[in-house]
Amino acid sequence: MIKLIGILLIVVGFSLRLNTLLVVLAAGIATGLAAGFSLHEILTMVGKYFVDSRTMTLPLLLMYPVVGLLERHGLKERAETLIRRTKAATAGRVVLLYTAVRQISISLGVNIGGHAGMVRPLVAPMAEAAARAKHGELPQVSVERIRAHAAAGENIGNFFGEDIFVAVGAILLMKGFFDAQGIPVSVWAMALWGIPTAFIAFAAMAWRCARLDRRVARDLVENPTTTVR
Amino acid sequence: MKLLTVEAFYTVAGAFLFVVAIRIARDAQHPRRWGSALFWMLLALTFAGGKQLPSAWVGCLVVIMIILAATGQVVRGPQAAISREERTREAERLGNRLFWPALFIPVIAVLGTLVLGHVHVGEVWLVETTQVSLIALGLGVVVALFAAVRVTRASYRAAADEGGRLLQITGWALILPQMLAALGGIFAKAGVGEVVAGLVTHALPTQVPVVAVVAYCGGMVLFTMIMGNAFAAFAVITGGIGLPFIVTQHHGNPAIMAAIGMLSGYCGTLLTPMAANYNLVPAMLLELDDPHAVIKAQVPLALTIFAANVGLMWACVYRF
Repeated sequence: MIKLIGILLIVVGFSLRLNTLLVVLAAGIATGLAAGFSLHEILTMVGKYFVDSRTMTLPLLLMYPVVGLLERHGLKERAETLIRRTKAATAGRVVLLYTAVRQISISLGVNIGGHAGMVRPLVAPMAEAAARAKHGELPQVSVERIRAHAAAGENIGNFFGEDIFVAVGAILLMKGFFDAQGIPVSVWAMALWGIPTAFIAFAAMAWRCARLDRRVARDLVENPTTTVR
Repeated sequence: MKLLTVEAFYTVAGAFLFVVAIRIARDAQHPRRWGSALFWMLLALTFAGGKQLPSAWVGCLVVIMIILAATGQVVRGPQAAISREERTREAERLGNRLFWPALFIPVIAVLGTLVLGHVHVGEVWLVETTQVSLIALGLGVVVALFAAVRVTRASYRAAADEGGRLLQITGWALILPQMLAALGGIFAKAGVGEVVAGLVTHALPTQVPVVAVVAYCGGMVLFTMIMGNAFAAFAVITGGIGLPFIVTQHHGNPAIMAAIGMLSGYCGTLLTPMAANYNLVPAMLLELDDPHAVIKAQVPLALTIFAANVGLMWACVYRF
């Protein structure tokens, strides 16, 4: 039970809104000490896992100069111009279309997209521009809402498309787990049983996107003063 | 032998961080130039030299970075504000050419993933075969950078500055995913998962088939929320709850259990700040006021999909 002290620290630290990095470090040290590791062993683990997981940060770092440069030269503004010409576009439809593209492509093993590569430079500005074309300037609360849903669309498409493709991390991990246990399980069966949830996830996203458009319309009624950002 | 490994791209990323750190250190207008410069410099060191430095040293560097972040030393510098009018003018000047560099990244990443892993002359392989997709992405970005510089007629220094702008918008949250991965590793080594699985099985009557399903899916969500990672939760919760109760005791289908169980774990990923790379870093990147805005947008989605998963597993796992 004492090993759960790290989880307690996380919950308390997050709810007190202390610096997240500090809370995570404290939780790691406390859990390590509770499990009988020395401080040197804990620092070694932190260093090893930190280096091993550079993979998570690498795409962002590589992408920043390209995306930053294109943004400086009007990538967002160009995307907005294109979307304003599309009369049927709404914020929700833009986000849903992106979710569909993301989900279908990753289910075929094609990993395009990402928060830095697609959502910030293209999807979020296009969704905002679609809402602006309809309603004029937007209140800040709507801008936040649209951007948060664009990020959610990226996550939904990514997570719930991925498990349909057999040569992907999750399926191989499950296969490896069952192999180690001596239980014969086919990768195709696991991929197949990912499909119903994929449809449910997309339907849920379609519902949220339709609701997003209604909420944005209502935000304008509730916040007649507009802010430009 | 591999000619091109992912280490090469870690070195490139380290070099970019190093350049940004130097630019910050030389910027007298920056409110916390020394603290911020040191933070990015240390991160550059862990990227470029991560494999050479002893792990304990890296651990110490990480602790220093966290202290810098927690004491408010890592902040955004003053950004030379480019007016919206100027960006719009540039957008009109460059038109759709602006999209080409951005499209190179996925196209090359996909083609490279398909082709690069198979290129070899005898024992000399072109790329590290276990990391093909990451290397292909890296190559895609390099080509895109060349293309972006050509299209915009900007300098590489400008690219580094604009990259540094995005880097400082993300701020110290950039290393949060790696730090949470480290915490997950420590949790796994310390055996936290076994304790959680034990608690769940003691608290619930898992001899009832439907309770076993709820406990397994719920366990996946809860433990994924704690670890920030469904993969880490899978082995623990499937070993602790799924296999003994759903498969062994009630003769459920392991493929259905695993597939839907993992997707239940993803519902946990949608709900937790511990999955910082999916939930918190994007909130910073999109410059949202509320760091939890993405999670809040995802709560109804996660709950709906989770409920559907439980129903689906209950309806199918004991039947097929």
